Amino acid sequence: MARVVVDVMLKPEILDPQGQAVQRALPRLGFDGIADVRQGKRFELEVEGPVDQAALDRIHKMAETFLANTVIEDFTVKVEA
Amino acid sequence: MTTRIGVVTFPGTLDDRDSLRAVRLAGAEPVSLWHRDKDLHQVDAVVLAGGFSYGDYLRAGAISRFSPVMETIIEQAKAGMPVLGICNGFQVLTEAHLLPGAMLRNNHLHFICRDQKLRVENADTAWTGDYTAGQEISVPLKNMDGRYVADERTLDELEAEGRVAFRYLDVNPNGSLRDIAGITNAAGNVVGLMPHPEHAVEPLIGTGRTDGLPFFTSVLKKLVSA
Repeated sequence: MARVVVDVMLKPEILDPQGQAVQRALPRLGFDGIADVRQGKRFELEVEGPVDQAALDRIHKMAETFLANTVIEDFTVKVEA
Repeated sequence: MTTRIGVVTFPGTLDDRDSLRAVRLAGAEPVSLWHRDKDLHQVDAVVLAGGFSYGDYLRAGAISRFSPVMETIIEQAKAGMPVLGICNGFQVLTEAHLLPGAMLRNNHLHFICRDQKLRVENADTAWTGDYTAGQEISVPLKNMDGRYVADERTLDELEAEGRVAFRYLDVNPNGSLRDIAGITNAAGNVVGLMPHPEHAVEPLIGTGRTDGLPFFTSVLKKLVSA
């Protein structure tokens, strides 16, 4: 089975308070030099059968309608070897 | 004929009983609707109640939006049936694209529970006719994902068309853009808001006021006169 990864991130213009909270905690923990943190979601899909164009099109559709809310989020689809 | 108003129960819905009670106190017949049933059982209007449908997994309201009952509700809402989404119900309505924008985690990252002052900005929707524009009301608010966002163009459009139905007063509890607490669709039959009018329909509970009751009497009058 092949693995397809869908990464979902808040659009750059959308405030990400969770990422900010993480970023603010870093210096307290001794991790310096991180100017910004944004937090996203990663979906790992184990796909039955070949990951051909048709399968990728279906996954793209799935990401667009369900995994991501395109009003606030961007997503990428990539096949992992 | 009695006016029938349905209240949907998804797994994780919490406020369906309060919503059914509000419908009854307003003088309509409350009807329980089940999320797996496509049939709306001849209701004249639908309330999507607050709670955490499907555990808010993925995003608040995202999974419920694809439940069988929502297929029918989306179809009927587009045909003009009054639909009110309260809190999680508002989240479901944005995920279903019946209302524009999206709901995100509160800007301070905390769950919040407070009595909230609101200004009624639009008293011409199916659910706000018994208010007057500019009226200030107080109803309970409780949410984790209550930050309303939309792009600038959508926000400008909502403002220009008078579709911001409610705005937070005194304090913006969650970072919602332009202090938006609730909006309506262009036709005025679909309304969503984060605060909970169904918890303020009897003097003994909620804020000790009945500021939420006009939601339910408004839609009843609208349906009776239709």
